[in-house]
Parts: sequence; structure tokens; C-alpha cells
Amino acid sequence: MKILIADDEPHIVTALEFLLVASGYEVDVARNGDEALAQIRSGRPDLVLLDVMMPARSGYDVCQEVRATPELARTKIVMLSAKGGQGDMGRGMAAGADLYITKPFSNRELLDRIRQLLAS
Amino acid sequence: MLQGPVIILTSFAYLGLLFAIAFYADKRADAGRPVIANAYVYSLSLAVYATAWTFYGSVGRAASDGVGFLPIYIGPTLMIALWWLVMRKILRISKQNRITSLADFVASRYGKSALIGGLVTVIAVIGILPYISLQLKAISSSYSILVQYPQITMPAAAAGTSIASDTAFWIALILAAFTIAFGTRHLDAAEHHQGMVAAIAFESLVKLLAFLAVGVFVTFGLYHGFGDLFARAAAEPKLAAMLTPLEGVAGGYASWVWLTILSMMAIMFLPRQFQVTVIENLDERHLNKAIWLFPLYMLAINVFVLPIAFGGLLHFPDGAVDADTFVLTLPMAEKQEALALLVFIGGLSAATGMVIVETIALSTMVCNDLVMPVLLRLRALRLNERADLTGLLLGIRRGAIVLILLLGYLYFKLAGEAYALVSIGLISFAAVAQFAPVVLGGIFWKGATRRGAAAGLVAGFAVWFYTLLLPALARSGWLPAGILEHGPWGIGLLRPLELFGLAGLDQITHAMIWSMLANIGAYVGVSLLASPGAEEARQASVFVDVFRQNPDTRGARFWRGTASVPDLYNMLARFLGAAGADASFRDHAAIKGRQWPRDALEADAELVHHVEVQLAGAIGAASARIMIASVVKEEALSIEEVREILDEASQVVVYSHRLEQKSRELEAATAELRQANERLTELDRLKDDFVSTITHELRTPLTSIRAFTQILLENPQVELEQRRKFLGIITKETERLTRLINQVLDLSKIESGKAEWHESAVDMREVVADTVTGMSQVFEEREIKVDTSVPERLKPVKADVDRMIQVMLNLLSNAAKFCEPGRGRIEIAVSEHGGGLRIDVRDNGPGIDPDDQKVIFDKFRQVGDTLTAKPHGSGLGLHISRQIVEHFGGRMWVESAPGQGACFSFTLPT
Repeated sequence: MKILIADDEPHIVTALEFLLVASGYEVDVARNGDEALAQIRSGRPDLVLLDVMMPARSGYDVCQEVRATPELARTKIVMLSAKGGQGDMGRGMAAGADLYITKPFSNRELLDRIRQLLAS
Repeated sequence: MLQGPVIILTSFAYLGLLFAIAFYADKRADAGRPVIANAYVYSLSLAVYATAWTFYGSVGRAASDGVGFLPIYIGPTLMIALWWLVMRKILRISKQNRITSLADFVASRYGKSALIGGLVTVIAVIGILPYISLQLKAISSSYSILVQYPQITMPAAAAGTSIASDTAFWIALILAAFTIAFGTRHLDAAEHHQGMVAAIAFESLVKLLAFLAVGVFVTFGLYHGFGDLFARAAAEPKLAAMLTPLEGVAGGYASWVWLTILSMMAIMFLPRQFQVTVIENLDERHLNKAIWLFPLYMLAINVFVLPIAFGGLLHFPDGAVDADTFVLTLPMAEKQEALALLVFIGGLSAATGMVIVETIALSTMVCNDLVMPVLLRLRALRLNERADLTGLLLGIRRGAIVLILLLGYLYFKLAGEAYALVSIGLISFAAVAQFAPVVLGGIFWKGATRRGAAAGLVAGFAVWFYTLLLPALARSGWLPAGILEHGPWGIGLLRPLELFGLAGLDQITHAMIWSMLANIGAYVGVSLLASPGAEEARQASVFVDVFRQNPDTRGARFWRGTASVPDLYNMLARFLGAAGADASFRDHAAIKGRQWPRDALEADAELVHHVEVQLAGAIGAASARIMIASVVKEEALSIEEVREILDEASQVVVYSHRLEQKSRELEAATAELRQANERLTELDRLKDDFVSTITHELRTPLTSIRAFTQILLENPQVELEQRRKFLGIITKETERLTRLINQVLDLSKIESGKAEWHESAVDMREVVADTVTGMSQVFEEREIKVDTSVPERLKPVKADVDRMIQVMLNLLSNAAKFCEPGRGRIEIAVSEHGGGLRIDVRDNGPGIDPDDQKVIFDKFRQVGDTLTAKPHGSGLGLHISRQIVEHFGGRMWVESAPGQGACFSFTLPT
């Protein structure tokens, strides 16, 4: 199973990478919204860990773009954000995310949820 | 062609035409489509000011005084400029109070006093008699001259002829008949005579035309234009003298001034002028056009006066021909029969216009303000019983017209030969000038009283009579001439022409000075002696405050009493007829939102006031007052009560002004509050943004810390190398968190003003050196070259040394961050700049986009290379640095171009 990490914070990327690899996933990394979109289209990951606050293109935009593309309908999208307001979560779900997780997150919980999503 | 019968026939034909015009205009007025309801007819009707005096006499005056004939026309032109102030007020007052004449106006102002009304009427009648006789003289003389064509002989003195063979007598009678036909066919509640106005507007055109015709004939027919004429005049020494203004008038400056003032009074207070300007006015707005149309007319009719005068003097050099007749005799001398006839008609036009309007105005005054009050008082009981008084009123007016014209003729017989036309006219001007103080004072000064007005009028009139009329009679032989030489009973100081020794002035100036002195002195003096009575105070307020009142409730407040509606109705019907009374009651009911006669009306103060005003329109204010009093049992308001009502009213006005002011202030405060609210909402939003951003910035490092901590806890098998790496990240992120929190706190303290600033004299050289040293490790790691250029001696700046270090560290760490490792170069320069210091920190990094440059100092703004995974700061550093610099009175800015590095600079005052 391939997972794409899209986040501009390098430390977070490192942590996520470690966790996912340790759980047996194949991992790709994108550092901004445009890169993320390009890699989703070309690499066809099964799941995307999408940070919201990214330069060039925000996570919301990426999410909407993906959802507007029929071929990518099977891609699961998990939004990660340090913004935790109600409105933000609503916006994320409205943009088409399958899951919205706020930072800081629990490693265990994150891995569990990812496993659930990929299983369905 | 120019024989007696022809002339007479033409004259009658012309008069017939006038009558037809008047008749037609009256018919249209009755149908509700008035012909005269436009400003041009109104302005032309004002030109009734130009009578036979203008037509014949101004040339006569010009022939002896040169330019000195002008003041009589300058006066009105000047006065018209003031009309906006004075005449508009008089118009408004007259309309609201349904004033019927000049006497009515004055009487109404001073407490609806019949005495004042009578006084004004008497003065007006006696004063205007010379003027009327002037017109008669002009018509009869011009006829006598014309009928002797082709000879040119001056008419013989009238004194010798018997009355029956005196043309002037017959002319007076014919004019009386004509005037009666014009002005007393029916009684109009508002004293409008629309037919008369249409006819005299037409006459104004005819006389202007005739005068222009003869003017053109003389200037361009007999001579070759203005230039030629004046050149020839200048060639004659006698005539040349007349071209200079002051020489031409006897008495020089003083004469000019007084003549101008006199004619300014005349244009307002001649009964005929008051009639056409005020009473006959249909629309206040017509005044606006008249203000420039009338002077235009004056100009047109005066343009050729001097040329004709000179033409005549040149043509008849031996003085055998009277200069007054030049307009007629010049065409006659040149055998221009048609033109001469036209001129005669023009003069006839001018004279009849004056006579008709003046006599109608005077007869109205005599009826309403002299005879009726007396009759009503004397036979009060009997008059109340007569059902219809309209016949009586008309009869009185007709009688008055005949009487006035005959008196005019009498004056002509007795004293007409003594003076030239112009001087006769000026005597009348001086008489009506006596009305100026009481009228002008009345509309501006509430303190003027009835007694004061009476005193002023009597004093002024007495002096006028003594200094002007008496000498005229003496000169004509009706009084011993010795009076002029030695004064009455030999008292030299009381000589009529040099009263109290004031000599060297012409007669008019002399008379004006003394009469005005007496008039104004008595008026003001007596008014100040006592306060106005209740009725006077009431009327004073009505007049002086006319522009500040609500017309509907104005007069009604001041009345208290009991009345019955049938009584009021019957009385009104007696004067206006049943139809008139019906119409009037219908109007009043409509104002109250009811229908007459279906709904009942209350006999309240408003109805009584309405009826009184309507009545005043027919019989004058004073008589109306008497009639109302007889029908209504009135309680007289004491002066205190009137004052109370007035006080209340003025208090209400003041209170409402204050209310208005308060509401305006309230509006302003509301607007301010709204603005403040908007600002607060904006700030709130900014605060929310700030909080949201801070939250995000705090959570990000926390995420790393938590994630790695958990990883390490749950994965003991992690290699040492990686373990070290992860722990390093945790540490760094902790530091980052701490830094952020500190900066936020710092910023918050600075912005709220709670930061501690330790000011001292700071040596920037040291600061630079210290910070460079402090950063040396970073510079080494990245192999960045640092150049500093700081002058040996630097003026110290007033700043906080720690803060300065903070700023320098911020700038240097930014610069270091963006330098390429290995090739980085930083230049620090300190220089003196405009009374302070300037510090530049330049790096050779990638430069900053212009768009980013605009926002780089904002909170949480970071620019950076997003493609390389460099950790960025909090975004607050530059913002805080700038706040610090600005706190000490400096500026911070950036200069950069993409690809060419960046230079951050700031200044500090010393």
C-alpha cells in the first residue's frame, strides 16, 4: 500500500515517514500543494496524508481537485492540520476528505485510522 | 393733416383701444386665465413711473442742466437693487394681510389705526395733486402746440382763460370718466385691476416707442449720429458746459445726492407705484425678472434725452421754444406730421397712464381709509342694517376720482404756471418721501408706535407744505410774495426757502433736509417715549417677522372672544356679495378639511381672522377691524397676554432649535459609535486571525515533539544514530516552541505598551561587534563571510542596548538563513544619516520578490525557499525588530531585487 505524505514541515515528515515505513507502507513525500497534486496523479497512492497549511496550494484545494477527478475516486484523503476549529474541520470534510485529524496527534491512533481506511 | 378734429379723433381712438385691451384682460381674468400673469407685463406696468414728465420734462431739464436730469432715473435703478431686501418683504406682508393700498399698509402696521390711514391718505392726495396737474398741463400744452401746426408757438398762459374754454378742464373731466370706467366697474376683494394693468403695460410700450422714434429721428435724421451731435454741442460754449455732470445741476453734489434719494423713495411710495408693484402683483417671482427688466426700460427711454435736448437747443437757439416741448416741436419744425402725431399720442399715453393708476390708487385710499372709517363710526348703527354696501363703496370711489381730478385741475389753474414740469413733479416726490420712515421703520423696527408714526407724518408733511407748496402758491400770487422774502410776520429765520438760515441749496434739497429731519426725529422720538400697545405689538410682530411665520396660524392666536357663524357670514356677504362670502367660507372650510355648507363650522379665532382678512381686502384693514368688532364680542387681550403669547412662541422656537441641535449631536455620536464598532469588529477579526495563527504555530512543533517522543518510547529497537537524530529534533522543536512563546509574549508586551525599555546611550559599534561575535559559530558552520564597516567614532543613540542586540541578531540570523552555504557573504555598514545613524545589513542570498517585500514586516509572514527543506522561524522576528526600531523613533525597510540579495536597513535618531 502506498501512502503519500504531503507536508511542508520537514520534522513532521520525518516522523510520519518513520511511522509508516515501520508499519510496512510504501511512502512518498511531497513538500507543497502542487507537488502533492502531481504525485497523486502520477504515483496513484492509496492514501494521502494531507497537511492543510502548505505553500503554493492549500490542502483544501488539493483535496477538491482530487475529488473532482473521477479516476482518483479511490484515493483516500486524510487531512492533517494544526488548525482545530469547528469551521476548519467542516471545511475539510466539505472539501471531500475522508478523515480530518488535528495536530498534535497520537501515533497509535493515526496508524489505526489509516489501517481502517485502507481496509474499507 | 394735423388739425384739431384729427388730433381729437386719434386721441379718442387710442383711448378706445386702451379700453378694449382693459376689457379683454378683465374678461380673461374673470375666466381665470389672466393675461397679465407674466413677469414681462408686470415689469412694463412698473414703467408707469415714466409719465409726461419723463416724456417732455426730462428733455426740458436736460436742456438747462445737461446731465443733471439723470438722478431721477438713477434713483429707481439703484433702489431696484435693494428691492430684494425691502420690496419682497413688503410684498409678502401685503399678500398675507390682503393690503389694499399704501395707506392700508401703514394703517395696518400701526395697530390697524384709522387715524394713520387717514393721515397717509390726506398727505398722498395733497402731495400728488401737483403731479396730476403736471399731466394735465402736458396734455393741454402739447395739444395747443400741435393744433397750431405748421406754426410753432408756445401756449398762452392758462391763468387768463375761463374755465369752460380751458382745454385742461375738459381733459380732466374726460380722464375722470375714463378712469371710472377703468377702475370702478366692480369691487374686487383683493383690489386687483387686471384690465388696468394690461392697458398701462401697453401704454408703456407705446410711449417708449414714440420716444425712441423721435430720438432716432433727431439723432440720425436731423444730424449724423451721436458723434456728430455731441461734437456740434461741444462747439457751443453754453452747451459744452452742460456736458459736465456737476456743473449742470444747481447745488452740485448735494443736489445730485438728494435727487437720487428722492427718486428712490418715489419708486416705492408713489401711490401708483405701490399699486402696480405690490397690490397688482400676482406672483412674487415676477419681482426677480422686474429687477433687471425695469432698469433696462429706464435706460432705453433715457438714451435719447440728451441728444434731443441738444438737437433742440441747436435748432431753436434763441430760446423762443420751451425746451419741454422739443420732442414735439422738432418733428413739427421738420414737417414730420405722422411722427408729431405719434409723439403726441406717446405723451398722451404717458400722461393717461399716470392719471388712471394714480387716481384709482388714491380713490381706493380715500374710500377705504378716509371715508369709510368715518362713516362707520358716525352712523355705525345704520350701516350695519344695510344689506349691501358694495354700491356705496363704488359710489364713494367714483366721487373721489372726480374730486381728485378736479382738484388737480384747480392746482394747475392756481399754481401750475410757476414752475417748469420737472420742478412740479419733484414737489410730489418730496411729499411721498414722507412715507419712507414710517414704512421702512415699520417693517424692520418693532418698537415703532402708532403715535410715533403719526407724529412723524404730521411733522414731515407740515415742513413739506411750508417749504414747497407754500412758495409755489406764493409765486403764483395766491399768497403775498413778501413771505418768501422776509418770512411770515417778518421773521427772517422762518423764511420758507431758507429755513433757519440754511441757504445756498436748491429748493428741493432744502425741503428734503428739513422735512426728513422733522419726520424721522418725531417718529423715532415719540416712538421711544412709550411702548407699543397690544394691537400694535401684535401687528408689529406680524409685519417684521413675516418671513419667519407659519401663515396659517399667525394671526389667529391673538384673538379671544365669541362670535356666531351666521353673523360673520352675513357681514361678509354685505361687502362681497353672497357669492363672494360663499367662496370665502368654502376656502376656509377646505383648509380645515371640511365642506361648506354641508359641515358646520365653528366660530373660532381662525374663522374670525379669515373673515377679517377677506373683509380687509374689500374695505381696508381699519374698517374691517371696526366691522368685526361690531359683530363679535371680543375680549381685548391685554398687552401682558400678548407678550406672554409672543414669549411662548419664541420659547417654543428656541426649544425646537435646541432639540434640533441635540438630535444633530446624537446623529454625530451615533455615527462615531458605528465607526468605533466597525473598528472593534475589525480588530476582533484580526485578533481571531492572530490567535488562530499562533495556535497553528504552537501546535506544529508540538506535533513533532509528541510524535518523536512516542516513537522513541514505543520503538526501543531504534538505532543509536536515528535515536540521536530524533532526540535532536525534539530538542530543536522544543527550542522553537520556546522561542515562539517568548516572541509572542515580547510582542504582546511591546504592543500593549507594557514592555520595559531601558534607555541609555548605546554605541552601535559595540552592538555590531557583539552580535557578530555571537553569531560567529553560525557563520563558521555555513562558511559565510562577514564584512563590517563601522566608523571609528560614532555618535551614541538613545536606545535599549539589549533590544538593539535583539534587532541585530534578528537581521543577521535572517541573512545567514538565506545565504547559500559556502558562498554566503554578509555586509554590515553603519553610517551617519540625517542627524542619526543608519545601519545596513546586506546579504547575497536569492533576494526577495517585490510582492513579498510589501508584507515581509507583517506578523507571521515568512518568505522562504519552499523547495528546500529549511526550517523557518516564527515569522515574528522582523515584525518585532521593526516595532523596536520605531519605538526609538527610527525607520526600518528592505531593498531587494530577486537574484540580487537583500539589504535590510534601519535608522535611529541620536
